[in-house]
Amino acid sequence: MSVIVNQVRSGLYLDSVALMRLSREIAALDGIEEAGLMMGTPANKDILRDAKTLDATGESAAAGDLVLAVRAATRAAADFALATANTRLDQPKQSAVDASTWRPRSLRAAVASAPDASLALISTPGDYAASEARKALALGLNVMIFSDNVPLDEEVALKQEAREKGLLVMGPDCGTAIIAGAPLAFANKVPRGRIGIVGASGTGIQEVSCLIARLGDGVSHAIGVGGRDLKAEVGGLSTLQAIDLLDEDDDTDHIVLISKPPAASVVEKIATRIGESRKSFTVCFIGATHVPLHGDARLATTLKSAAELATGKRLQTRAASLADGVARGKSVRGLYSGGTLCAEAQVLFRDAGVAACSNVPIPGVRRATPQDHGHVLIDLGDDEFTRGRPHPMIEPSVRDQPLREALADPSVGVILIDIVLGFGGHIDPAGHLAALLKDRVEKGPLVIGSVTGVEDDPQPLSAQTRKLEEAGVIVAPSNADAVALALRAVTS
Amino acid sequence: MSDIPARIEAANAETLRRMLAADPVLVDVVPAHVALPRLADRMILHSGPPIAWERMCGPMRGAIAGVAVFEGWAKTLDEAEAMAAAGAFRFEPNHHHDCVGPMTGMTTVSQPLLVVENRAFGVRAFCAINEGLGKVMRFGGNDAEVLDRLRWIRDVLGPGLGAALRDLGGVPLKPLIARGLSMGDEMHQRNIACSSLLLRLLAPALARKVSDRAALAAILDFIGRNDQFFLNVAMAMGKSISMPAEGVEGSSIVTVMCRNGTDFGVRLSGVGEEWFVAPVEMPQGLYFPGYSAADANPDMGDSAIVEVVGLGGFAMGAAPAVVGFIGAGPASRAADFTRSMGEITIGQNPEWTIPSMDYAGVPTGIDVRLVVDTGVQPMINTGIAHRKPGVGQVGAGVVKAPLACFEKALVGFAKRMGVS
Repeated sequence: MSVIVNQVRSGLYLDSVALMRLSREIAALDGIEEAGLMMGTPANKDILRDAKTLDATGESAAAGDLVLAVRAATRAAADFALATANTRLDQPKQSAVDASTWRPRSLRAAVASAPDASLALISTPGDYAASEARKALALGLNVMIFSDNVPLDEEVALKQEAREKGLLVMGPDCGTAIIAGAPLAFANKVPRGRIGIVGASGTGIQEVSCLIARLGDGVSHAIGVGGRDLKAEVGGLSTLQAIDLLDEDDDTDHIVLISKPPAASVVEKIATRIGESRKSFTVCFIGATHVPLHGDARLATTLKSAAELATGKRLQTRAASLADGVARGKSVRGLYSGGTLCAEAQVLFRDAGVAACSNVPIPGVRRATPQDHGHVLIDLGDDEFTRGRPHPMIEPSVRDQPLREALADPSVGVILIDIVLGFGGHIDPAGHLAALLKDRVEKGPLVIGSVTGVEDDPQPLSAQTRKLEEAGVIVAPSNADAVALALRAVTS
Repeated sequence: MSDIPARIEAANAETLRRMLAADPVLVDVVPAHVALPRLADRMILHSGPPIAWERMCGPMRGAIAGVAVFEGWAKTLDEAEAMAAAGAFRFEPNHHHDCVGPMTGMTTVSQPLLVVENRAFGVRAFCAINEGLGKVMRFGGNDAEVLDRLRWIRDVLGPGLGAALRDLGGVPLKPLIARGLSMGDEMHQRNIACSSLLLRLLAPALARKVSDRAALAAILDFIGRNDQFFLNVAMAMGKSISMPAEGVEGSSIVTVMCRNGTDFGVRLSGVGEEWFVAPVEMPQGLYFPGYSAADANPDMGDSAIVEVVGLGGFAMGAAPAVVGFIGAGPASRAADFTRSMGEITIGQNPEWTIPSMDYAGVPTGIDVRLVVDTGVQPMINTGIAHRKPGVGQVGAGVVKAPLACFEKALVGFAKRMGVS
């Protein structure tokens, strides 16, 4: 047998929505068949009566009175529900402090809420990136496209449209940029300075900008253009625009160009543009052997020499003590997270006349096969390792298995590694590597590497370096120095 | 080809200009057969896009039976239903007659209609008078109490209101809405402020024009007890604002959103009279004691015309209490809903502002392209009817306009623009 219990709180007005929400809570209590909290208007009392929750007490309520009406299985349940309702009515309410959780869902709304914005960073699946980039351009925004898998013809169309609008498209597949001191995507907190960088390669920009910082200088802007910009089809559209921008930029004295070797048709265009500039250039087309240059431009073959030429300073190299002889005659296994760092390593092997192979070979280097047991330089950021999982700069465990294999391989004398710090990257890549190296055998391969980063990065350079050194890694001041050490260890 | 976006932008700007230039004034109450020249005897106007008896939901059928008895076309509800099934009545959408109606939206010859004149464009739109809360025809109610009330509205309230409005020379609605927004109304689920403000304006004129003291008292009491009295005024106003915005060639702006309990229908300014229709969604909301979601009918009514002009769900920031119906997040996040509607609208109404959002204007001019592009569905505040005829309102909540309507509308628009 159900019991109906009503209470009337005279003169207490509450908003109907608040009361409906509270009614729902009370109705959900154990033993409650129905519950209604309503102001005692005739219409509301009709509803309560129809719901068989109104008794004589509730019937007596006036329009300005609050009726608490419950129908319950037992008197105890009804009393508990009314007590709960009264507690909820009387207790102080918590107001959300930073209430707004709204975030724009569209570029248009984002621009409306940040009218001063001048750049959109697009990181969507590749299928949608071009369409979003087009919207950004229509809104008058420069665009950085982090996404990859954007069709080449879309890239060309976007860059042409941007040029017509006087806007810049960085990317697709642009991993790194630093605009007016703001690091975008994978980038390091390098100090501002008077050197501008234009790069078709993310880790190339990172290594050069960090070495510039280590040499005591800084970066005005680092403009990424995407890995395909200097292909014949794109024709260096963004590179040329970026040179224009830096040429006109009062904060930039010197411009560094970093890329894989451009298409022959593009090299001449770039060289001509450099020749027209009033500013000096350092050109690093990593892997290229001969580049015709005009004007005040010097060719750097490695990222390290690019930084040195740009700053006019030499990187101090500490004399590393290699446990002489342990690696002699054995092979080098390079396990790189940074693609351009891997390419730089190949350049140094090639120029030293030491045969090596790679899964992403530069001109003059052989493509690696699974059977290769010579010097193998692997780019772990290549598609075969990253399909369906994050890039090794985000998720360093991509390197775990190849590293374990190399550590256990008696033919390997040196394992060459890179650690890339900065925004967007893993928060403790050195710590991850150190944990793996803890279990290695006493007489195993040497581990030689470098850290691309600066002290102000989210992962401070000094702490990352210390973790590596404590784990027995020989840490060189640059990737080029690490490669030189590795070559010395296996050849001398 | 390449100038199509520019043409659309220009057309949309014109559509928005027309909406914002509106000057809606509540001018009169007149019987439907006078107001609507094409409304014939035995014709029943209903809410939403066109629908045949066979596909009508329970409350719609219940309301039709009730209104047929009210008009004297049938003696009993059963007889009325049989006549309806046999094709004795002609059904047309309110929107085909410059008219709107809440929930089931019954409009027939002898009902008095509120008249809102958009003086900037010389057009008039119409809506029946709000019947109050509880068991009412707009929620499918059709018993003797419901029909008696309709007769009183026809014989006493309607003529009295009409006389008062003529005496006043009309009540300009734009400033009234602006004040209502600053007092916590969003003009769909919450009309307490505007109902009160309107009554304050009407009362002296009613006192002048209604000589029977008992009738005057009954009228004042009826309006004074009905927190939603203003909803129907707001709806006629919404229609009067959107009407001049119809037919702008090349415009992708939504001029009608409505539902009939079965289908949701959308019309675009630039695509003439074509309806784009998809199955209507269930409202999410809170229920009166004794009812639950199992009792609810799918969404109904022409009332979403207020969202078309930037009110209702689009003006949620002005009415934080309404956020409680959504059951997600605190009332202090009300502004987020309005901001979110900003993603799918092309402008703001500078005359209808929300104080707690630093006087941002309500988002106005729903662009079908933005809806499809962002996937953000227009948010509509609504009442919830019982799915069985004759029961009435069982709750209130919010409903999202189905995306499929807008996808179809965009395809229709593209065809119209010669884009395949």
